[in-house]
Amino acid sequence: MIVEQESILVKTLCRLLVPFIQLFGLYVIMHGHSSPGGGFQGGVILGSSFILLTIASGIDEVKRRFSLVALTNLTSAGVILYAGIGVVCLLLGANYLDYGILPVVTPRSVGMLGIEVAVGITVMAAIVSIFHDLITFE
Amino acid sequence: MIDFAIGHFNVVAYVVLMMLGFYAMTAKTNLVKKLVGMNIFQWSITLFIVSLGAKRGATIPIILRDADHASSDATVLEAALYVNPLPHVLMLTAIVVGVATTGVALALLLRIHKQHGTLEEDELLEKIRSSRNPLVPSR
Amino acid sequence: MKYLYLGMTGVTGLLLIFGSLDMPAIGDPNSPASRHVSSRYIERGFAETDVPNMVTAILADYRSFDTLGETTVIFTAAVAVLLILRTGRKRG
Repeated sequence: MIVEQESILVKTLCRLLVPFIQLFGLYVIMHGHSSPGGGFQGGVILGSSFILLTIASGIDEVKRRFSLVALTNLTSAGVILYAGIGVVCLLLGANYLDYGILPVVTPRSVGMLGIEVAVGITVMAAIVSIFHDLITFE
Repeated sequence: MIDFAIGHFNVVAYVVLMMLGFYAMTAKTNLVKKLVGMNIFQWSITLFIVSLGAKRGATIPIILRDADHASSDATVLEAALYVNPLPHVLMLTAIVVGVATTGVALALLLRIHKQHGTLEEDELLEKIRSSRNPLVPSR
Repeated sequence: MKYLYLGMTGVTGLLLIFGSLDMPAIGDPNSPASRHVSSRYIERGFAETDVPNMVTAILADYRSFDTLGETTVIFTAAVAVLLILRTGRKRG
């Protein structure tokens, strides 16, 4: 059970840093195409921003902002989005997960962007969920 | 012998790391130390397979833009200029599987500690053997 | 007992080094790992997909089925930790 930090300097600095870490994690996911990065790396950075918030402000504050129901739903939503992109390609006439048939300008690139976002969501929610379960066990 | 060690220094270094993890997994009696040894073992294998794809004088596997040509998006595409990307891809999967395994192992260790009160292997074996569970063969 | 484990570790390490005596030297561009399919990924990866990062192109386009299995693995790990640790016991 992690309670709130007593030192106000540590608490304020950690809470100031968290939005910048989340912005950087989103940047790493979105720029997986042309620089090192991608779904797994950005998802772990996003998850670790929530872990830093837990260390600074206590587990009750994070549970107030990001409920357990939302965590479990997000874990499954990422896997369903990934498989759903494959099923959309199947319904449009090509093989499963064959992105060449999507009706956008550069179909393979847009399909890959959707895949990376789905993987990032699942990895973030899984890491925060495992951390929360390990903390609140008595 | 020495030129084997110099030409294949990645084999020697990662076999040493792997054997450190192997010794921690077998010889230590605390369960957390065994888990750390398993983690060291898995990371040494990951780094070894990534080092198998290295090429002399090559750069990271992201396609370079050629600034000398007239058009702005001319790309340089020689196979000897880029590091082999296939071990990197396979080891991304291996890293994530390692994280998942460590998470589940830590959860199991929490339950074992709550039920038996200890995390030493010999005390645990004594407690399980004398617990009158019909599924456990007692001495 | 510790000397038995030390001996086992030493024997396993020597066997591993003995098994890798025939491997190509580090940094060799003609090694068998770098020739067959990875040169195809490097030379034709940018023309077929539109993505400069070769690792993301292989992970999300050529081998996207393995990445689907990978995502299922981390989802299963989160569910397994939930099943082991959430007992639903009320406090107090």
